[in-house]
Amino acid sequence: MTARDIVLGRIRAALADVPDDESPADVPVPRDYLRSHAGPDVVALFAERVADYQARVVRTEASGAPAEIARMLTERGVTDLVVPPGFPEELLPAGPWNRLDDHGPLGVAELDAADGVLSTAAVAIAVTGTIVLDAGPGQGRRALTLLPDYHLCVVRADQIVGDVPEALALLDPVRPLTFVSGPSATSDIELDRVEGVHGPRTLDVLVVDRDQPQEVG
Amino acid sequence: MSSRPAAPHNVVWLDAPSFPEAARKALADTGLRRNLGRATATIRDKRLAVTGELADWEQLRQAGAALKRRTLRHLDGYLVQLEEAVTRAGGTVHWAADAAEANRIVAGLVRATGSTEVVKVKSMATQEIGLNEALAAEGIDAFETDLAELIVQLGDDRPSHILVPAIHRNRAEIREIFVREMGRRGRPAPEGLSDDPRALAEAARLHLREKFLRARVAVSGANFAVAATGTVGVVESEGNGRMCLTLPQTLITVMGIEKVLPDFADLEVFLQLLPRSSTGERMNPYTSMWTGVTGGDGPQEFHLVLLDNGRTATLRDTVGRQALACIRCSACLNVCPVYERTGGHAYGSVYPGPIGAVLTPQLVGVEHAASLPFASTLCGACYEACPVRIDIPQVLAHLRAEVVEAKRRGSAVPSAEALAMRTAGAVLGSPGRLALAQRAAALGGRLLGRGGTVGALPGPLRRWSGARDTPAPPAESFRSWWKRTREGGPEKEDGHDCP
Ligand code: SF4
Repeated sequence: MTARDIVLGRIRAALADVPDDESPADVPVPRDYLRSHAGPDVVALFAERVADYQARVVRTEASGAPAEIARMLTERGVTDLVVPPGFPEELLPAGPWNRLDDHGPLGVAELDAADGVLSTAAVAIAVTGTIVLDAGPGQGRRALTLLPDYHLCVVRADQIVGDVPEALALLDPVRPLTFVSGPSATSDIELDRVEGVHGPRTLDVLVVDRDQPQEVG
Repeated sequence: MSSRPAAPHNVVWLDAPSFPEAARKALADTGLRRNLGRATATIRDKRLAVTGELADWEQLRQAGAALKRRTLRHLDGYLVQLEEAVTRAGGTVHWAADAAEANRIVAGLVRATGSTEVVKVKSMATQEIGLNEALAAEGIDAFETDLAELIVQLGDDRPSHILVPAIHRNRAEIREIFVREMGRRGRPAPEGLSDDPRALAEAARLHLREKFLRARVAVSGANFAVAATGTVGVVESEGNGRMCLTLPQTLITVMGIEKVLPDFADLEVFLQLLPRSSTGERMNPYTSMWTGVTGGDGPQEFHLVLLDNGRTATLRDTVGRQALACIRCSACLNVCPVYERTGGHAYGSVYPGPIGAVLTPQLVGVEHAASLPFASTLCGACYEACPVRIDIPQVLAHLRAEVVEAKRRGSAVPSAEALAMRTAGAVLGSPGRLALAQRAAALGGRLLGRGGTVGALPGPLRRWSGARDTPAPPAESFRSWWKRTREGGPEKEDGHDCP
């Protein structure tokens, strides 16, 4: 008998009390919880919740995005900047940084030595202040947004959903997914939260609204 | 064939004293009590704040409990489904009936890569099976990368909490361990390291960085795996998980069979329940999910080891099986007045606290952890805090009766405690009567006990004591110990949410 047979056999024996004709759907799962805990202004809520994690959030209209990105990169002292494949060229400002493309692909030492990474996101979640990466265009393989010590993530306002259930419904589980809520942190020393361990120690999020007159959130 | 592991391995530490004895020692350690008291108070407040934000918290708990119930009642089907999905996505699934088999599988997989070291993401399952020790015996170094696990590993210590295994250490002790030990396992601690948590986190970052960058094999646990899609997930804070799950060529994940979930959408419940219950955050900094292997991104070889090791034995008990719903959030530890005073080591198991008191005896058999079901005042705070509504007091009461039954079966002479507990069902309904019964048991035991064991007994009792080392019941029952130490102790209650 294989271990598989043994374990499955034990499970079936252990579940002798479960009627043979019971199917999983016969075990009721109440789904009366809310789909979202967000109010109507998900963009403002997202910005507030991201900031709660000691990440910086800046909001801009699309036409102002390249200048904002340039300003943030300069402020953070970025020279070597990783730009994942598929990052929208129109958002990229001209500047003194040395752009690292992942065509090679980049080795871990190069990524580790880079000052920062500029990426997009797949979805963002307002209530939890989370950005979700799915390795799509502008995000690249997971190592690109992990090793550089600074991550600047550009989120379109229309990518922000209210809450976790709505976000999961938009994601493809087959893609590698990374949910990022603030910079890396630990509470392992006296349960005192300290930002910045192995993942990027600094996280900036740029929320880009469509170019149009907008009310202030 | 028994479905419990032949040797309990790390589920219970073989050299650990019984709970009352260990608890008495821990209680005398005022430094430990201060560390724990402060830490658990902080986390309790944070948890209450973020769970209070959700008006439907109760509905989420109900949904979480129901999903776990559905999964456990159809566990075989879901595991087969998971195996198919992971295999389809390019992963390999292994089955391990016990700890020894899981360790053999992992060691074999590591050896096949030619690597003699692995980086590890915090994982209760690999703690439970003693994987690090098993790998060491094969000449493979396992490096823990979670900060608290690193502190425990460098300090040659044992975990005392399921979320923050080094919760019993304060910053000064951690600094000392880093300064003394880091150099022996790799990059030494920076010169002039202070005990500021920021500086300590930075020291850990530097120490582990070189290990991450050169690692070819990682070993992880899993918080969940989705049967329908084969998606596996790890919930973490520091980014050490992302490092391990992303950089190495080979990833080996060891997961208890109870961690499977039906559908991807079910994560909407657990990704709300878990972070809020465990670290008291709306969301933990990082959650990684992967499905098999992805060309050009992350490990190109993925192995999922499905671990039984006493879980099917637990499943057999229709009352006790609910303990398998546990999502290891540690909320029950943080609200438990007993845990807060005694710390995790007193439980003598990798699973301490209220969940440990119900899970450990079931995983290894009550006869190997007989004092644990008594390590509680049945105050109910754990049940209230539990995000998947495990009725821990109910399971404790149920296991107490089993301990008594096992003792009756196992020896010619029923222990005084067992005798007094004969009517456990009736007694447990009434705390007053239980207290009396256990006091009677303790008094009886003290008359007989000598150095913790009962030697050959004189006179008419002789025939009862064929075995020379019949264990004596503890001199003091848990409840009377609790009553005495709590009421006589120097510390006052600090606004606890349970009596
Ligand atoms: S028993 Fe419940 S509260 Fe305790 S760790 Fe498990 S899920 Fe959390």
